[in-house]
Amino acid sequence: MSKVNPTDRRYTKEHEWVIDNGDGTVTIGITDHAQELLTDIVFVELPEIGKQVKQLEAVAVVESVKSVSDVYSPVTGEVSEANQKLEKSPELINHDPYGKGWIAKLKMAQPEELQSLLDASAYEAFIAAEEH
Amino acid sequence: MNKTPLYNRHVALGARIIDFGGWAMPVQYTNVIEEHLTTRSAAGLFDICHMGEIDVKGKGAFDFLQHVLSRNIDGQKIGQMKLSVLATEEGGIMDDLTVYLLGENHYRLVTNASTKERDYAWLLQVKDEKGFPQVEITDETAVIGKLDLQGPRSENILQQVVPANLHSLKYYHFIETQVLNIPALVSRSGYTGEDGFEIYAPHDRIGEIWDRLLQAGVDYGLKPIGLGARDTLRLESGMMLHGNDMDETITPYEVVYGWVVNLEKDFIGRDALAKQFSEGVKRKLVGFTMWERGIARHGYKVFKDGTEVGIVTSGTHSPTLEKAIGLAFVPVELSKPGTTFDIQIRNHFAAAQVVSMPFYKKEKQYVFFNTFI
Repeated sequence: MSKVNPTDRRYTKEHEWVIDNGDGTVTIGITDHAQELLTDIVFVELPEIGKQVKQLEAVAVVESVKSVSDVYSPVTGEVSEANQKLEKSPELINHDPYGKGWIAKLKMAQPEELQSLLDASAYEAFIAAEEH
Repeated sequence: MNKTPLYNRHVALGARIIDFGGWAMPVQYTNVIEEHLTTRSAAGLFDICHMGEIDVKGKGAFDFLQHVLSRNIDGQKIGQMKLSVLATEEGGIMDDLTVYLLGENHYRLVTNASTKERDYAWLLQVKDEKGFPQVEITDETAVIGKLDLQGPRSENILQQVVPANLHSLKYYHFIETQVLNIPALVSRSGYTGEDGFEIYAPHDRIGEIWDRLLQAGVDYGLKPIGLGARDTLRLESGMMLHGNDMDETITPYEVVYGWVVNLEKDFIGRDALAKQFSEGVKRKLVGFTMWERGIARHGYKVFKDGTEVGIVTSGTHSPTLEKAIGLAFVPVELSKPGTTFDIQIRNHFAAAQVVSMPFYKKEKQYVFFNTFI
């Protein structure tokens, strides 16, 4: 029962999304499909401001009752903000993965990396293939 | 993968299926926390058909089991069940199992799913080597189905389909009765820390019982519950999981199973355990809670003053207590409630404190935990 994946952003095969804020920064989070697989997110380990990450390197950790999962950064860059609301309310990721459940903002080092990521329809095709 | 007779029902209910020790089992139907809280506040129904049942009967069955089990089963009455350990020569925990006395010299051992094959082979080997020719040992797992009905409303639900009076059935006792006119064995026991029942019936009829119970439980808030919540429920109640918290390299004295060992009788593993008992154990499994953010998981390392001293065997977010809880092996000098240590979670250390068990105890005790069950 996946919600529609917004077309205003890009996706990774690791089930993260990234949206270009137009000011050299991006906002990242995990997809609806990912939160559905994890269910019951009870803890989020947020990155520290200033942390440098490479594309597809672990930037945060989400934990459900049952499991621990790394969140990979869709782009190379420096963490400029983390969603502190997730400290108290990690379930925001379950309820609103594409909005209030965002995880971090990054200053992009290589904006062209966005082009290498999946668009919404390619991501949906990827999920469909993964499930069969 | 092995499938239980209820597999298609789980799929139809929208369960997420996982491989659990070679069995395709439902890990959750909706979500773990919801299923956990449903079991604590109302009732939950669990498919436990994957667990093993091994019957031991015939002349000498009592003597044989006295020889293989750590627990003294002398004095056990028909209709009573007991928790015991099946120990190795070295005193390690090959399995923790329940022993049902069905009739004179007729016992049923209910084993963990992952250990059943090993247990069965071991029992046959001991029978041959130690000279118990008249004891008959049979693996009944394929013909016996098992459901657990757990939670405070279990009795109300089950009573609708069972002729016998369940209210007078005591904890760790069982009756042979019928459920919907299907012959069944019902014991008051379980793995959640709540009142509840374990129900055994023919494998090919277990689906009918499952359907009828779900129907009978609608007004009581009964829901099917997956293995995810089964794990958080058992951990909150301070119960261990074989293969996770203990195995053949761990002895009953190192975990909380000293009370199921009787050194006064002769049994396999007795000498090793007697030696350990007199010398004292070096490490102990303890329960801990954490007040810093983060969740300790199986395999995480335990540190004291910067030195690695132990390992986490189980850990989760407790849905009832809403904090991180777990079990860990620590040196015996760090095992007293109130002692603090650090757990390495990825690249940082989080403080934890030893607490007395269980983490969660139901309010209205039907029976008392540390009595002789």
